[in-house]
Amino acid sequence: MTSGDQRGPSDERGPVTTLATPIRLDYVFSAGIAQSRNLRGLAEGKFVGQRCGVCHKVYVPSRGSCPVDGVATDDVVELANTGTVTTYCVVNVPFAGQSIEIPYICAMVLLDGADISFMGLIQEIPTDEVRMGLRVEAVWVDPEDLGPTMASVKYFRPTGDPDADYETYKDYT
Amino acid sequence: MPRQGHRPVAVVSFAQADNVRRELRRNEVETLMPVFAEVFSNIGITKDDVGFICSGSTDYLAGGPFSFVSALDAIGVWPPRTESHVEMDGAWALYEAWVRLQEGDIDAALVYGFGKSSMSDLSKVLALQLDPYVLAPLWPDPVSVAALQARSLLDAGKATERDFAEVAARSRKAALSNPKAQVAYDRNVAELMGEDYVVSPLRTHTLPPITDGAAAIVLAAGDKAFEWAERPAWITGIDHRVETHSLGARDLTASASTTKAAEVAGVNDGTVEVAELHAPFAPQELIVAAALGLGDDVLVNPSGGALAANPIMSAGLIRIGEAASRIMDGSAGRVVAHATSGPALQQNLVAVLEGV
Repeated sequence: MTSGDQRGPSDERGPVTTLATPIRLDYVFSAGIAQSRNLRGLAEGKFVGQRCGVCHKVYVPSRGSCPVDGVATDDVVELANTGTVTTYCVVNVPFAGQSIEIPYICAMVLLDGADISFMGLIQEIPTDEVRMGLRVEAVWVDPEDLGPTMASVKYFRPTGDPDADYETYKDYT
Repeated sequence: MPRQGHRPVAVVSFAQADNVRRELRRNEVETLMPVFAEVFSNIGITKDDVGFICSGSTDYLAGGPFSFVSALDAIGVWPPRTESHVEMDGAWALYEAWVRLQEGDIDAALVYGFGKSSMSDLSKVLALQLDPYVLAPLWPDPVSVAALQARSLLDAGKATERDFAEVAARSRKAALSNPKAQVAYDRNVAELMGEDYVVSPLRTHTLPPITDGAAAIVLAAGDKAFEWAERPAWITGIDHRVETHSLGARDLTASASTTKAAEVAGVNDGTVEVAELHAPFAPQELIVAAALGLGDDVLVNPSGGALAANPIMSAGLIRIGEAASRIMDGSAGRVVAHATSGPALQQNLVAVLEGV
């Protein structure tokens, strides 16, 4: 290259390696008919799912369709406040934005009557005593703080009942 | 029939959601479910009769990652089967399914496209498909990009603003007989020419509506097509081509990629009776029709085209579905469908469909 060429390695400033192009997009999200039912249930302190008319599985929350059969899950089901820990992990690593003191338990909870588990915190039990099959119940935020959000569930805590038999939840682990 | 060496593949069923400005109640899964039910029940089959599934959508519309995966809930993919996705209009998903069917081990595929334009600001989302270094940071909105293209047409002497209005008047009038049209009217050209500019030289009538929607097609190969449809719409030619990302580096008044795709698809190897062109902005129809080499006797966009309804990610697939429907209902024997993607007609797909 000639000395007047500003391209590439001959430019003593070197190549441009970084370019900042800030992007922000705003969305007005539509939860949908089925998920809106679930969110309204959370605002009333209860879990609302939907049952598939073909395989009879209950999804909570439901996206409106049975992912196995591809049919609308129009049968609305109110679920129990109790469930079973199907699997869990102990969080020991701090990260940005963490709102709970470590160590804490993050678990998959299968509500009684549901056919799909969802994620929840387990508290009011030492972390080394949490186990698969542990029977738990939801603890909700104060009534005035309830809203159409999973944040309405503060955490799950042990009911004190005997552990669930593995056979009752082995299909959901 | 298809060109030598290609396995014969046909469109055998088509369905689309209602095209609406804002679907507030249903999520994408709930929008797609009735579309799948219709596209299968049209020909008396179920989800278990298709061996491959391919969709076209974009997470930028959904505002969430892997939104195409959750959309599969609307089909029910159990037992598991082969599935694929393109971050493009469903027309390109159809192309992938057509290629997949050439392999010969499966006989049918489901193709679909979906998107809710109303959840985000489309003028920002579409700016992000431009060159990320020098163009996207300027946030050029799609109407302004289309206006640059329209201005190029006027300055080159290839069209007049009246030509733009004639496209819009004809398309919206045709849309009156399309039950799925979102915008349809019978207004004369002089009246349309009296509208104010949105972005000069584009007046309101030259712009597509903003649409939430979805569409699906079932493709079938060989004997399976005759088993399911009385009059399958055989894909006798299909091709797609892309041009440079840079708006300044190409002739915006022409579409070399459309012309090349049309040559490969064999558009002018026979008489074209009907053409469904994916031209979201009225001036673009003039460019695409010229690039395809369509004569004056071709019936263009009897559905009203994307000016009647423009659901992002399925408006191109709908062109194929509408063109195929003219074969399937017996009203035409040889039709052309076109789909576009990217800014200012950057990428174009052309398909020829025929009855036998």
